[in-house]
Amino acid sequence: MRGRVGEGGLTNSGVRSLPPSLTLPHKGGGNGSDAPSIVVIKDANALKIHALDDAAAKLGLDVGLPLANARAICPDLRVFDADEAADAQTLDDIADWCDRFTPLVALDRPHGLYLDISGCVHLFGGEAAMLQLVCGLLTAQGFAVSAAIASNPVCARTLNRYVHGRIVRAGEEAEAVSPLPVAALGADEAITLGLRRAGLKTIGDVAARTRHEITARFGAAFTSRLEQALGQGDTPISPRKPLPDYIVEKRFPEPVATDTVIAAALSNLAGMLVAAMAQQGKGARRLEAHFFRTDGVVRAIAVETGQPVTRREVIDRLFRERLDALNDPLDPGFGFDLLRLSASRSEIVVQQQRDLDAHAHDNDEVTALIDRIAARIGGKRVVVHLPQDTHNPERAVLTVPAQQHLAAAMQAVWPERTEGEPPLRPLRLFAQPEEIKVIAQVPDGPPARFIWRRATHAVVRAEGPERIAMEWWRPQGSPLTRDYFRVEDENGLRFWLYRDGLYDREIEQEEGRAVHPAWFMHGLFA
Amino acid sequence: MMSARMSTLATLRGDIARVETHDGAAHRSGRVALGHAEADAALQGGLARGALHEIFAEAGRQSAVATGFVAGLSGRVAARRPLLWVRQDFAEREAGALSMAGFAELGLNPRLLVSVRAADAESALRTAADALACDALGAVVLELWGETRQFDLVASRKLTLASQASGVTALLLRIAATPSPSTAETRWMLRAAHSPPAAPWQASLQAWGAPVVDAELIRNRHGPLGRWIMEWNCDECLFAKPAADSQSLAAAPAHRPHPAQARVQRFA
Repeated sequence: MRGRVGEGGLTNSGVRSLPPSLTLPHKGGGNGSDAPSIVVIKDANALKIHALDDAAAKLGLDVGLPLANARAICPDLRVFDADEAADAQTLDDIADWCDRFTPLVALDRPHGLYLDISGCVHLFGGEAAMLQLVCGLLTAQGFAVSAAIASNPVCARTLNRYVHGRIVRAGEEAEAVSPLPVAALGADEAITLGLRRAGLKTIGDVAARTRHEITARFGAAFTSRLEQALGQGDTPISPRKPLPDYIVEKRFPEPVATDTVIAAALSNLAGMLVAAMAQQGKGARRLEAHFFRTDGVVRAIAVETGQPVTRREVIDRLFRERLDALNDPLDPGFGFDLLRLSASRSEIVVQQQRDLDAHAHDNDEVTALIDRIAARIGGKRVVVHLPQDTHNPERAVLTVPAQQHLAAAMQAVWPERTEGEPPLRPLRLFAQPEEIKVIAQVPDGPPARFIWRRATHAVVRAEGPERIAMEWWRPQGSPLTRDYFRVEDENGLRFWLYRDGLYDREIEQEEGRAVHPAWFMHGLFA
Repeated sequence: MMSARMSTLATLRGDIARVETHDGAAHRSGRVALGHAEADAALQGGLARGALHEIFAEAGRQSAVATGFVAGLSGRVAARRPLLWVRQDFAEREAGALSMAGFAELGLNPRLLVSVRAADAESALRTAADALACDALGAVVLELWGETRQFDLVASRKLTLASQASGVTALLLRIAATPSPSTAETRWMLRAAHSPPAAPWQASLQAWGAPVVDAELIRNRHGPLGRWIMEWNCDECLFAKPAADSQSLAAAPAHRPHPAQARVQRFA
């Protein structure tokens, strides 16, 4: 069974469904709460009604009516600007909240949600009870809800536009949707108008025609939609989040807010998760904890690991590190009523026998340490380095997260250094070469003196040039060839400098007078 | 094909290295010789493992010199075990990021280096303290830029205790900072030193040698202090006396009048 829950401003008698007024301030607070309210949006340089409430609908206002006309009908309208971004955000928040009913929640923008409740129904006492629960909780939060349960999403959506709370058994779809007007199918305006002009007022009328007639006139897409609404065929929904491999959750009869209880519950969940994974010989690579607050806010906290985790203590410790280091700490508010722990990525664990020499597994300890540090300060801050096959110094080393690439980095092949040679590359490299002022004895020779960071350095020794041509085939980056010099100043400090551009060839001459080439400081030698 | 063979070779080398690393518990404690005879004598055999050592760069521009010294020490101490290098992320802009190409050029192994970029001194200190508890590491380098309020006696005590418990050496690299009381086993002040003077047959502009540092031991809990010019031998990965150390230690020649000129003046 698939269910669809739609949040909508279910405002009038059921002739048409109206777009929601999610942004409409909640009634009851403030003066004149009985005054009709509308939300307007700018459309083709005119303000038009985007959504409206019951009172406004009773006056005969309708979506799409220009604001000026609406004002003429009712001068004391309360008008609000539409905020579509906030509407979308609200829908996302509601979808987050709906995660407590099923992991498969899909958005049907601008104001609908699909919940795939296959296999979840028994947890909530049957379809009717579940429908009532979802709608009741959403209504309590101040939303107007219309919902339907059907065996496929198109059918549920079609029903939902006109009827609230309908549960359709498999095989009864055609009977359920037939009396509904064709607009319920949610097809294009042109198709709906075309059907109406052809005298086909209800879905039943359309379904009575032969399929090829409909297809010839309105296209194959409309026909397949019609068939799905009638319960023939199925369409998948696209859930917001991929289904985790393993989920365990704990529901509290009373909301919990104390840290110790939350930690203990999380630890219990970790034990259950580990047990579930152990049956299939798996370990978690990515763990997510969802904290559902009683007031509907959902907080998700994820932890990644470098090796599949199979031990409860490790999970405990990782989450403790992560929770300790949160910039905005976990705020229980009035308490959490549901805790969920899921393994969103898992891997088969290769069981290894420990050698007598326990040190052979040192790498495991290092991996565990990296996981802990990454859990606290973020996976991108713990890095290893991979050599790249390029001469460009900026690209010669790739910095990658250690959690995923530790094994690759440990076996990377670095260019062999020449025995007996002093270091040819600096120990500290500036990500962005810094421009310096240089006096050189000969234009294409090494510098004699340079000013870097407002200090003058006299060059005592210099070696070079080492000429490095840039990779012209790359879209970005300087195309000029660089002449690198290794220089030592009078204090023994060693620098890696380069002149940008080949003298006389890449640097342009101006009326016989040379333009001074640009010099850059790129690194510092030990 | 070529790269596959190279990577097999690297794997085998790694295996051998691992076997050699674990040939006894000797590496866990004790001292590791730097290679420079006089410095080792002052340190009574070498740098103590499982302790905190502070290395100061005299000024911000000496950062690379101190970094080189720390890299060398870590290479000596870590003995083919993984090395964790913790630094603050803004330090990269100030003094450049640690370049693995340069690290490899010093004869050290960039495969075993894991870098941590901490957002602030506090999280860097905490990460370092955590890492010191992991005895699979060879050494932990903590790079702190500037004066930090967070690094006080308590923080240094924490690092020392963690280091003693696990036997992992802590190397603290302080750039643009002045020494303050701490529980460090040794404290070094690093300055740049000139390359050895050019041999007569070489052009003076082209004598670019191995890295040379002027290392001053300004605190040693169990021995005398001293100041030495050390040259890092990239091939054998140890410190040594420069081959032709004929320069005066007291001052760099550039600041003194040329002796020949002085003599001429006296005669005039």
